[in-house]
Amino acid sequence: MTTRNMIQAINDAHRVVMASDPDVIVFGEDVGFFGGVFRATEGLQKAFGKTRCFDAPISEGGIVGSAIGMAAYGLKPVIEIQFADYIYPGYDQIVSELARMRYRTAGEWAMPVVIRSPYGGGIFGGQTHSQSPEALFTHIAGMKTVIPSTPYDAKGLLIAAIEDPDPVVFFEPKRIYNGPFDGHHDRPVTPWAKHPASEVPDGHYTVPLGKAAVVRAGEAVTILTYGTMVHVALAATEENGVDAEVIDLRTLVPLDIDTIVESVEKTGRCLVVQEATRTSGFGAELAALVQERCFYHLEAPVVRVAGWDTPYPHAYEWVYFPGPLRMKNALRQVLES
Amino acid sequence: MTEPVPTRRNAPVLALHVPEPAYRPGDTPDFSSLVIPAAGDTPRPEPSVRAGETHPLTTALVRVLDEQGAAVGPWNPRLDPDMLRAMLRNMKVVRVFDDRMYRAQRQGKTSFYMKCTGEEAIAVAAAYALDREDMNFPTYRQQGLLIARGYPLETMMCQIYSNAADPLHGRQLPIMYSDKAHGFFSISGNLGTQFPQAVGWAMASAIKGDSRIAMGWIGEGATAEGDFHSALTFASVYQAPCILAVVNNQWAISSFSGIAGAEQATFASRAVGYGVAGLRVDGNDALAVYAAVRWAAERARSNGGPTLIEFFTYRAEGHSTSDDPTGYRPAGEEQQWPLGDPIARLKAHLVSLGEWDDERDAALDKEIDAEVRKAQKAAESQGVLPEQGFDRIGSMFEDVYAETPWHLREQREQALAEAREYLGHDIA
Repeated sequence: MTTRNMIQAINDAHRVVMASDPDVIVFGEDVGFFGGVFRATEGLQKAFGKTRCFDAPISEGGIVGSAIGMAAYGLKPVIEIQFADYIYPGYDQIVSELARMRYRTAGEWAMPVVIRSPYGGGIFGGQTHSQSPEALFTHIAGMKTVIPSTPYDAKGLLIAAIEDPDPVVFFEPKRIYNGPFDGHHDRPVTPWAKHPASEVPDGHYTVPLGKAAVVRAGEAVTILTYGTMVHVALAATEENGVDAEVIDLRTLVPLDIDTIVESVEKTGRCLVVQEATRTSGFGAELAALVQERCFYHLEAPVVRVAGWDTPYPHAYEWVYFPGPLRMKNALRQVLES
Repeated sequence: MTEPVPTRRNAPVLALHVPEPAYRPGDTPDFSSLVIPAAGDTPRPEPSVRAGETHPLTTALVRVLDEQGAAVGPWNPRLDPDMLRAMLRNMKVVRVFDDRMYRAQRQGKTSFYMKCTGEEAIAVAAAYALDREDMNFPTYRQQGLLIARGYPLETMMCQIYSNAADPLHGRQLPIMYSDKAHGFFSISGNLGTQFPQAVGWAMASAIKGDSRIAMGWIGEGATAEGDFHSALTFASVYQAPCILAVVNNQWAISSFSGIAGAEQATFASRAVGYGVAGLRVDGNDALAVYAAVRWAAERARSNGGPTLIEFFTYRAEGHSTSDDPTGYRPAGEEQQWPLGDPIARLKAHLVSLGEWDDERDAALDKEIDAEVRKAQKAAESQGVLPEQGFDRIGSMFEDVYAETPWHLREQREQALAEAREYLGHDIA
């Protein structure tokens, strides 16, 4: 057991699988000698050699396209897209090729490819380093979408994703790379070392895909969330004295519907929390599923907390971000109606 | 006091250039001004030369068969007559297969078909020049690769009919074949995507210290896609052991090659800026195609890096069964195309060698016709597209993921219930 932040946990996941499986290949922009702009792949090239971990040209289409070819050969590429905001040049390769290859080849060509990418805001990244595009991936048949919220989960989920036979997009909430974030941007950052989930086992373990975690048990309302917002939701729960049940979805597709339904049937209320823009976000899917399956248990309409439907504004980042105040008002709305 | 900045300078009026083909419907095409180097004129460097030494060849044209059917010049691969006959046979099979499947579509037996008429030499000769274990990332006009590698015609037809024996379970548009054992990667309708995939496969082969190479295929129209350029960048950066082939048949549905940039430079010359070897080849000359692919394969296999090859040809028929070329180009233009019919040219060569004659040719045509008809009968006995019932609809939910998740299991049950209601009876 070692204390690790998210980056160190993700780095360690790479090391574990690269050591045990010579078919795992890591590449992306700046990931080789330098180890990536967030240092997630630091030291991998030195440890495993230049043909196992290397720099790629600034060409997300080429990175995803060549990873598909490598997977067709029989390798397991783990590629880094430097920011989720940069993923769009590779989107055709993901949607039309990667996600559908098993299906269109009747299972002959599986695509065990993992696309890692830092996502989300709260770091003054402006429009092009802050987006949360997860709903663009949960909408694709054949893709799995995974978002960790702690170092422990990041390592275990990443190893599970690499070992999964299907393509996985693995979004890393970059705001919480170095420490959990309660949503109060004006307060000092808490390092991961003070959080129990920074105790990360050495060696191999997995956190299964498709399994949510109940990170706080409660009776008053179910909060469905993932990524950075798990910590914002937990803080809001405490600050407002609400006995909420907070569920960290961890995998958006395939979704752990049983855990969701069980909780909402118990609490009778549901708050859906995402950092992404509101309209057609993954929260809309969650709200629909909850009303389809738990309607007669609901005592109030499902309420959504989300970013505004604007591009992520640089100067007004904290106006955009669904922080403590938006959480407080939403909790009041879902509890009082 | 400074002069005010004029809002509009006294400068020429800018004009947008929108390329236009030389001939439109009603015109009489005349290709006599097309510069076509004589067969044998284009020099052949050693496959180990620096990429830059090949660059003069990107504006030349590698040709072996002359107008009399003789094989001439440094690119002559000097193939055994048995191999020449085998190539001729496969090219003829492709053409007959295309004709029968085109008619099957017209008869309503399937939704769609695409011929490669006039381009048969390219895929067939490439298949012979590659090793059997090499991997192809084709477009929809390389059916010759499968046929030359011995893939069963009946299975191809079952795919076209989306019937019970379709290896792809009716999931793909007709002719979007896929077969790992025959080194034929799944065809995509999104053009160009396969190009960086081919490079990735070749990179993987190099990473693993393998000896197999990859060949990526693309049409001239799709060279305008970003994927073409990322493929060339990756191929150059990592010196990937691959051959990247542009089949320039001059027409992308109704857009002539000028819309893809052909007016200003050849497609082969795209190689220059990427620093990879480049060849421009007469695509209607089976021997030139064979020699060029062999050259590039030898280069790739000895860690000499990638080669971009442009096969210059002409799409003799419509883009697909959904296209009518008389709407945008003169009817009969293909008859005027000066590089001729690849099948007739290879036949003339075999005849000139004394290894073939009209009698044997007619007998072969008859044999192929019978073979293709037999395959078609066998394929149709397993059903054609309009006859596809509801027997296997549950399978449409398989292979989305390795393990079917709950939401797809639920939707499968809903689809089956819907089908039962529609049919008014139970189904398996």
